[in-house]
Amino acid sequence: MAEAALPPPRRVHWQSLLKEAALAAGVALVLAVPLVGFETINVNAVLGLRTRFGWVAIGVAGVFAGRILLGAARSLMPERRYGAPRLLLGRRHTTLAATAAIIFALALPFLPFSSRYLVDLATTVLIYVMLGWGLNVVVGLAGLLDLGYVAFYAVGAYSFALFAQWFDLSFWEALPLAGLLAASFGIALGFPVLRLRGDYLAIVTLGFGEIVRLVLLNWVPVTNGPNGISNIPRPSFFGMPLTPHAPHGITTFSAFFHVPFNPGQRIGFLYYVVLALALVTNVFTLRLRRLPIGRAWEALREDEIACRALGINPTTIKLSAFAIGAMLGGFAGAFFATRQGFISPESFTFIESATILAIVVLGGSGSQLGVVLAAIVLVTLPEFGRGLAQYRMLLFGAAMIGIMIWRPRGLMARREPSLRLHPPRRGGG
Amino acid sequence: MSGALLEVEHLSMRFGGLVAVDDLSFTARDREITAIIGPNGAGKTTVFNCLTGFYRPGIGRLSLHRGERRFLLERMDGFRIARDAGVARTFQNIRLFAGMTVLENLVVAQHQKLMRASLWSVGGLLGLPLYRRAEAEAMERARHWLDRVGLVERADEAAESLPYGAQRRLEIARALCTDPVLLCLDEPAAGLNPRESAELNELLLSVRAELGIGVLLIEHDMTVVMGISDHIIVLDYGRKIAEGKPDAVRRDPAVIKAYLGEEESEALPPEIARDLEHRS
Repeated sequence: MAEAALPPPRRVHWQSLLKEAALAAGVALVLAVPLVGFETINVNAVLGLRTRFGWVAIGVAGVFAGRILLGAARSLMPERRYGAPRLLLGRRHTTLAATAAIIFALALPFLPFSSRYLVDLATTVLIYVMLGWGLNVVVGLAGLLDLGYVAFYAVGAYSFALFAQWFDLSFWEALPLAGLLAASFGIALGFPVLRLRGDYLAIVTLGFGEIVRLVLLNWVPVTNGPNGISNIPRPSFFGMPLTPHAPHGITTFSAFFHVPFNPGQRIGFLYYVVLALALVTNVFTLRLRRLPIGRAWEALREDEIACRALGINPTTIKLSAFAIGAMLGGFAGAFFATRQGFISPESFTFIESATILAIVVLGGSGSQLGVVLAAIVLVTLPEFGRGLAQYRMLLFGAAMIGIMIWRPRGLMARREPSLRLHPPRRGGG
Repeated sequence: MSGALLEVEHLSMRFGGLVAVDDLSFTARDREITAIIGPNGAGKTTVFNCLTGFYRPGIGRLSLHRGERRFLLERMDGFRIARDAGVARTFQNIRLFAGMTVLENLVVAQHQKLMRASLWSVGGLLGLPLYRRAEAEAMERARHWLDRVGLVERADEAAESLPYGAQRRLEIARALCTDPVLLCLDEPAAGLNPRESAELNELLLSVRAELGIGVLLIEHDMTVVMGISDHIIVLDYGRKIAEGKPDAVRRDPAVIKAYLGEEESEALPPEIARDLEHRS
């Protein structure tokens, strides 16, 4: 609404600016009166109400003044085209940044400022990076809006937990099975939604995510319901557990390497496991994108009718996108289960799907590095905001709005062709 | 003499009470350009949509001969018609993969071949030489057609960034990359300037000569239709009102009536008038 009324550059139109500011202040007033204006308090064990209209007045005045300042600053600055895709990095810089990121990730646990907390946080980031890359296949490449991606994450986590519980499978044995199971769930979701697109697809996938969560919550004999599954085994290092003691006949990691046991070792190990999984996911998805299947996904996103006219079967292409995306989600889920040691349906709510989708969209649909950046922003921002207590979600929301204003097509909106006829021009424009 | 490539027999298609195509029969031959013309709403695009599997005709048989095999198009899925029977088409309102590059558009059209060469992605993931060779071939083929439509220089640009005429040419090149036996073009000259139309004529004639395929053409631009067609079918209100060589069709009173709404007229439609002038 502000853009449409943007005055020509280098002149301040005070009248329209005042009008806009008044409007913004009015909106702020309507919002602030119920949200800020009243506070419930305890008056002798009875619910009472206190008004805080002073705060409301300060807030509304702040919005009014802020809008004027912002508008004036904008009209005095040289005009800029909003929504135009600007690149954060050129092609060569992207390669450089990716290499630097991998080296940094490999060295992270050994850096001087590193701590257990930081490595643990990085592990969480990498789980979301994996999930983001998996969902990117479905949303970014194939253009199928999936709001229930967390279902596959949950299938992966629960299948590993249950395999471990019932069949005594280790993490490494159960990992491919978890991926396969999640992929078959992806196909199961894919069939009924073959004819759907856009909003309708989003609604059905949203429902699918909820169904999976509700089944996990209510199928108590199998999933233990809301109590979840605990004592999920940790991954071992080539059969050597990372524990202080091991049952007879098994050497622990610390005993084998003759180092004293330290719980940090396990955290570091988990970090490297997820880093390896993430790198494999990255190579896998990057390669797929350059194969006929990847190009068919993108073609499907661009125009399904043209795909059919070229002899491409949209059914198999869609199902393969769902299956591959789900499989990658399943891997991430299995890792999540082994890392937490405990899972319950609470970890797989809609907000997780929304976060993963936000990572893909903020990263710039289709961009691998963008997903990493967005995952770092979305996962660490709430963490670093902990000091701000209840205001951290406010900060989070503001950051998301900021990204959408300044980078409406995502942090790294740029599509690299899957193949080229001519070598790219230097400088990577 | 060329053989029958496509035989349409008693094709009818109705949408509710509207009869879009009414008992239409015609034959399109190998190495011939067959044009379907008619006033707006005559059912031309409906015929195309029946041929390419986007509509399922109520009545009629559509048989396509590819080598020794015969395909009954009215029973096939759209993607199979393109993949197995070898019918490629373009669209009235261009349908390119807009965000992908020009080259990628042409490589996607060779999906089936590449998919097989990549062993359904497994071999491709492992980087087997079989797939690499197939990809190089696909790019060579794409380069060939890009060369023919004059787009080699712009191969790595997004398809949506091309000017309108180039997008039309790219769509034709993409259809040709599928290795068709019958190429169906839905108004390929719409929105082209006279020079581009002339280039299109040349392209279609050379494609027909070189590949020996049949071309089925819907077109309003009479310089294109009269200039290159071997056979013309005229539709009006879903019915075939005339058929034959360009010269015969142009003089057919039923055709003139369909275009003008009366039998005797001083004012021919501009495109026909211009064309008559041009030829006499």
